Amino acid sequence: MKDKRIRVALAGNPNVGKTTIFNAITGARQHVGNWPGVTVERKSGRKVHKGIAIEVVDLPGTYSLTAYSLDEVIARDYIVDERPDVVVHIVDATNLERNLYLTTQLMELGAKVVIALNMSDLADARGDVIDLKRMEEFLEIPVIKTVGSKEFGIDELLDEVLREAEKGEHHEHEIGYGGEVEEEINELENILGDDEELSKRYPLRWLSVKLLEGDKEVQKKLEGSQVEDRIKKILDKMDKEKYETAMVDKRYEAINAVLPQVCSRCVEKVTASDLIDRVLTNKYLGIPIFLALMWGAFELTFTFATPFMDFIDFSFAWLAGFVSENLEPAWLASLIGDGIIGGVGFVLIFIPNIFILFLMLSLLEDSGYLARAAFIMDRLMYKIGLHGKSFIPMLMGFGCNVPAIMATRSIEDKNDRLITILINPFMSCGARLPVYVLLAGAFFGKEAGTVVFSMYVLGMVVAILSAKLFRTTLLKGKPAPFIMELPPYRLPTLKTGIIHMWERGSMYLKKAGTVILLGAIIVWLLASLPWGVEYGAEKSIAGMIGHVLEPLVAPLGFDWKIAVALLFGFLAKEIVVGSMGVLYGAGEDETALTESLQNDPNIYPLNSLGLMAFTLIYMPCLATVGVIRKETGSWKWTLFAIVYGIGLAWLISFMIFRVGGVLGYG
Amino acid sequence: MCKVMPLIMVPEGKECRISDIHGGRGLTRHLTEMGFTYHAPVKVLRSEKGSLIVAVNGCKYALSKGIAMKIMVGEC
Repeated sequence: MKDKRIRVALAGNPNVGKTTIFNAITGARQHVGNWPGVTVERKSGRKVHKGIAIEVVDLPGTYSLTAYSLDEVIARDYIVDERPDVVVHIVDATNLERNLYLTTQLMELGAKVVIALNMSDLADARGDVIDLKRMEEFLEIPVIKTVGSKEFGIDELLDEVLREAEKGEHHEHEIGYGGEVEEEINELENILGDDEELSKRYPLRWLSVKLLEGDKEVQKKLEGSQVEDRIKKILDKMDKEKYETAMVDKRYEAINAVLPQVCSRCVEKVTASDLIDRVLTNKYLGIPIFLALMWGAFELTFTFATPFMDFIDFSFAWLAGFVSENLEPAWLASLIGDGIIGGVGFVLIFIPNIFILFLMLSLLEDSGYLARAAFIMDRLMYKIGLHGKSFIPMLMGFGCNVPAIMATRSIEDKNDRLITILINPFMSCGARLPVYVLLAGAFFGKEAGTVVFSMYVLGMVVAILSAKLFRTTLLKGKPAPFIMELPPYRLPTLKTGIIHMWERGSMYLKKAGTVILLGAIIVWLLASLPWGVEYGAEKSIAGMIGHVLEPLVAPLGFDWKIAVALLFGFLAKEIVVGSMGVLYGAGEDETALTESLQNDPNIYPLNSLGLMAFTLIYMPCLATVGVIRKETGSWKWTLFAIVYGIGLAWLISFMIFRVGGVLGYG
Repeated sequence: MCKVMPLIMVPEGKECRISDIHGGRGLTRHLTEMGFTYHAPVKVLRSEKGSLIVAVNGCKYALSKGIAMKIMVGEC
């Protein structure tokens, strides 16, 4: 039984060092999953403290516990429905007022709260004097000083958590809203009390307060209750707008009554962050600095990744050779050597690339710079019908579209988010690079670098024009106004950077282990059947499928082999290269593949350029399709993404082929 | 004292106090919860054709034109 296990939830505003505390408590014993029903990440971890097992859940960072964003609903539902034994509220010591607002909400929820006064070193450094004793007395909540980045105060925090969890009686905290509002709360509370089921599950005062604030999610909780109609009648009579902000003000009033007695000299001063911001967000310097940083990040990615990639490439080539020479029977050797190692191996080569790019982005994010980049790009993004917040997912798309699309959940407006999701697959992910490298290398000689680069540009142009198109036709309107906190600059730590990198990069690994493995086996089967046919020859099933598809892609200058490669590329775009290896009879050996491509009269510079463009634009890979479906919650939009991608890819390749032909490059 | 105006019209480097927020219901509350409370001092750090960086309560926020139009300030 899990009787002896204590469940703890970490709550707090964004950018207060919640993740750092979480990492400090749980170390490597973490598990990343999804919240039920939504794809927001749910991180939990274990810790044994003084012989007692503690299970820690990291709630999404929120300013409040209303229903403004998905994150807030998740955090709230967890506390209300799953009733953790203790909620640790992580408070930024340098910004008590806004942080304590969330405390008032947690108090109203009736949770047992322990405050971790985090970043207390920064508060000390700027001369704030916080009286912990008085703070505890006023709030009736234990307060522990912590410095997450130095793992300071963690043991004391856990001691307090255990103490709090063992306390049987729980004192209910209340915020007085005064006169009229209190009367309304009482009335609602009385009526709600008639429903025993509700009374057991939720604190009635909290329900009443939320109903007065016009909280839609809480209204849903009443559905089917015997008191639903009576409550509705009362609410309909009321001017809820009046209450909404009045209650927020009351909470701040309560905080401001306490603050001056707890904290002296807690005022803002000009910080180093302000000075850095003056340069980095400067009217003239902002964009050049941003471009230079991005260029640097990509340059470093490729430089660092190359030796690792060479090593992986070498290892797999050796392994494939070893298998095909030493394994019996021949079909098994072919399945493992040609099929699995050839297919999956090719994908794994690009892991260093993707991981290092994600590491760079994580470091930039943790330093606080990415939020500034969103500000710098806001005006440009507005022109294409989006705003700054859409920019970070687009940047991540260069690594892998799956985590990039998941990152769009920070965008509150539904249409803004949908557009950002739909254009994301056009950001050329790491998986498409091998296709460019192979083809550009085989057909463009010295110009190969330029050609590869132009594919990235083409992707961005397609994304921008598509966003503009969607905004003016399907999803009319202006981007929703956006507000985003700019956290103070901090020196990122390698540890958090690596943890972040792993969270995002591992999605790619998972894909390699599942979808691509399956894809590789299917490709191998289709290329080997019917039995006895030469591997990947025209008479194999793959060949037959290719011939059926050939008329569709003939206007683009593609033959049956390319048709098959593109078909298999649906599973994952890297497979385009792997299956070309099979179909051109070159296997895993890239030099051999380059040679046989050059010797094949049916593929030449012009249509290989079209093929690169096609690979870039046509339907997102299977894993991306899956994540689009999950995040949009709609098959209609998923299907739209697929059809739009294929249609556009066909059109652009056709244009490249025809225009190039007219210009005499055929 | 000066007249009430939207935050977007406040020049860089100036500090004003929030007098009202004309947001929809959800937005007004969200802003208030982020610290944009009545009478809170707000300083405009950067103003670039509608995109602003402001400091409220020692926290910095980037906000777009749409929001900057809805926040009314006075007492510059």
